[in-house]
Amino acid sequence: MGFFRKKEKEIKPHKQIDIQREIKKAEKDESLWIKCSSCQELLYRKEVERNLHVCPKCYYHFPVSTETRISLIFEKNSFVELYGKIRPVDFLKFKDTKPYKARLIETQESTKRLDAMVCGKGKIKDIEVYAAIFDFSFMGGSLGSVVGEKVTRILEDGTREKKPVLVFCASGGARMQEGIMSLMQMSKVSGAIYRLKSLGIPYITVLTDPTLGGVTASMGMLGDIIIAEPKAMIGFAGPRVIKDTIKEELPSGFQRAEFLLEHGMIDMILPRKELKQGIYRILSLIL
Amino acid sequence: MRYYLDFEKKLEQYERRLTEIKKFYDVNDPHYAKEVDSITRRIAKIEKEVYGELTNWQKSQISRHLNRPHTLDYINALFTDFTELHGDRRFKDDTALIGGFARFEGTGVAVIGHQKGKDVREMAYRNFGMAHPEGYRKALRVMDMADRWGKPIITFIDTPGAFPGIGAEERGQAEAIASCIFFMFSLNVPVITIVIGEGGSGGALAIGVGNRVLMLEHATYSVISPEGCAAILWRDGTKGPIAAEALKPTSDELLKLGVIDEIIKEPFGGAHRNWDVTFTNTKDTLSRNLKALMGIPGEELKKQRYEKFRNMGIFEEGKS
Repeated sequence: MGFFRKKEKEIKPHKQIDIQREIKKAEKDESLWIKCSSCQELLYRKEVERNLHVCPKCYYHFPVSTETRISLIFEKNSFVELYGKIRPVDFLKFKDTKPYKARLIETQESTKRLDAMVCGKGKIKDIEVYAAIFDFSFMGGSLGSVVGEKVTRILEDGTREKKPVLVFCASGGARMQEGIMSLMQMSKVSGAIYRLKSLGIPYITVLTDPTLGGVTASMGMLGDIIIAEPKAMIGFAGPRVIKDTIKEELPSGFQRAEFLLEHGMIDMILPRKELKQGIYRILSLIL
Repeated sequence: MRYYLDFEKKLEQYERRLTEIKKFYDVNDPHYAKEVDSITRRIAKIEKEVYGELTNWQKSQISRHLNRPHTLDYINALFTDFTELHGDRRFKDDTALIGGFARFEGTGVAVIGHQKGKDVREMAYRNFGMAHPEGYRKALRVMDMADRWGKPIITFIDTPGAFPGIGAEERGQAEAIASCIFFMFSLNVPVITIVIGEGGSGGALAIGVGNRVLMLEHATYSVISPEGCAAILWRDGTKGPIAAEALKPTSDELLKLGVIDEIIKEPFGGAHRNWDVTFTNTKDTLSRNLKALMGIPGEELKKQRYEKFRNMGIFEEGKS
C-alpha cells in the first residue's frame, strides 16, 4: 500500500426522481443552465443539447422532445405524422387542484400539442416502420384515451401493412384524470399488440426515462425486443409508493435500466447516439 | 367477528342486541318477541339513513369491507369440487392470487381470483390481496391450461393493486401483468370477469380481460385507489374522499362508460349485510352470461373480446 491510497470510486446514489416536478420542469424551463436530474451537476444547456441531451458528466439521458427523437431516429423528412387530430375530452369532469379541462387547455397551449403522443410512419435508413413516440412534456406522457387510441391505430397499421412497430416510451403511467378509461387503454393496446405479434411482425420498444406504471405494464414490457436508454427509470410502481409501502430505503440504482438489464427484464441498453444504428441492425437481422 | 365502518356504527348496538337475544333468549317469549320486533324495525330505519345515499367514498369503503365475501367465499358458495393449483413453476406460490379448476352448475371451469383476508392473520398471509409477479404467472398457467382443455375461465377481481415492493419489481411485476393482459386476448374459451370488491389498477386488469365484465353493485374499479390518487394529485393521502368523487369508480358510472356489461345487485347496504342474497344474485347472473357464451366458437370469442376492449376510450377527432 502506497502513501496515497487510491480512493475507491464513490458511486453516488441517484436522487429519487419526483415525476410531478420533472413534468413541471419539462413543461416550462427555458433557462440557460440546467441541473442534471441524476448527478445534480449544473450544466450549460447548449452543451447538453449538442450532446444529444445527454449529461456530459454522468451520462444521464434527459427526456427529449418528440421532434428531437424523430430527427435522431428517422431519415430526414421521412417521418409522416398520422392521426394528429385526435384530442382529449374531459368526460369525467375531473377536478384535482385544477379542473382537467383547464389543465388540458393550458398544456396544449404551452406544448403546442393536443396530447402526449406523436405517431406516424417513417424510415430508418431503408426500413419503413410505424412508430409511436410519447411526449413526456405533456402531462408526464400519461396514458389516456388519446394516447391509447393513437398507439392502437399505429399497431393496427403495422398489422395491416406488415411493417414493424416501434414504441418510444416516456411516461409517468396512466392518466388519473381519465379514471378507469386510462386503465382500459392498457388492455386496448395489449390487444392490438397481440394481433400484430400473432402475424409474426416485430414489435420493439424503447424505454426512456422515465417509463412507469401502466405504460410499462402494457406496451412497454410487451416488446419482442426491449431496448432502454442508459439510467432510464423503468418500473411498475413508482419509487415513492414502494418506499411508503415497505418503509425501507431502496437499494441504489433500483429501477434503473442497468438494474433491469441485470434482472433479465430488458434486452439491451443503448446510448442515444447508438440507438438508431442499433434499431436498424436488429430490424435488418429479423426482417 | 362483525366489523362496522365509521358511518355504519349507528347500527352496531342494535344488531349486537339482536344477536344477543337470538342467542341467549327464547324469541317466542312474547317479551323478547316484542323487543326483537322493535329492534328489527329500528334497524330497518337506520339502514335507510345509513345506506340510503352512499357517496363514492362510502362505496369505496364498502367495496373493501372486512365482512364482504371474498373470492374463496364465492368459490365455496357457487362452485363444487374446487381444486386449487399452486405455484408459478418459476419462483413460488403466491397466496394473494389463487387459481384452479372447479365445477359450476355441472360444467368444468377454471377459476382465478385475488384473495383477501378476513382477519389480521389471514390478511397478512394473503398479503392483503396484493399479488406479486408469481401470482400473475400462476394465473397465466391456469388460463393456458383452460384454453388448451377448452374450459371457460371465470375470474374474480378483488385487490387494492399489484404489490409495490423491491422483489416484485426485480422479478418483473410490469412484465407479469402485461403478459397476463396480452395472453387473455389469445384465449379461445369464454372468459367472464366479476369485480367483487376492490378493482385496483393494473393488478386487477391483469385478470380482467373478459368477454363479459360483471360487477357487484357496491364494488369499485379504478385506475388507482382514492388514497393513492390523492397522494399524487393532491399530495395528501387523506384527501381520499375527494379523489373518490373525482375518479368515479362506482358500478353505475362504469356501466355508463361501457367498461362493464352488467351490474350484479347487492342486498341493501352491501354484500356484507347478506351473503346469501349476494351469492344467489351472482350465481344467476354468472349462469346466464356463461350460457350465452358457451356455444360461440373460439375465434369469434377472441374477436368479440378484442373489439370490446378496442372500443374503449373517449376522445374527439377533427378532420385531418
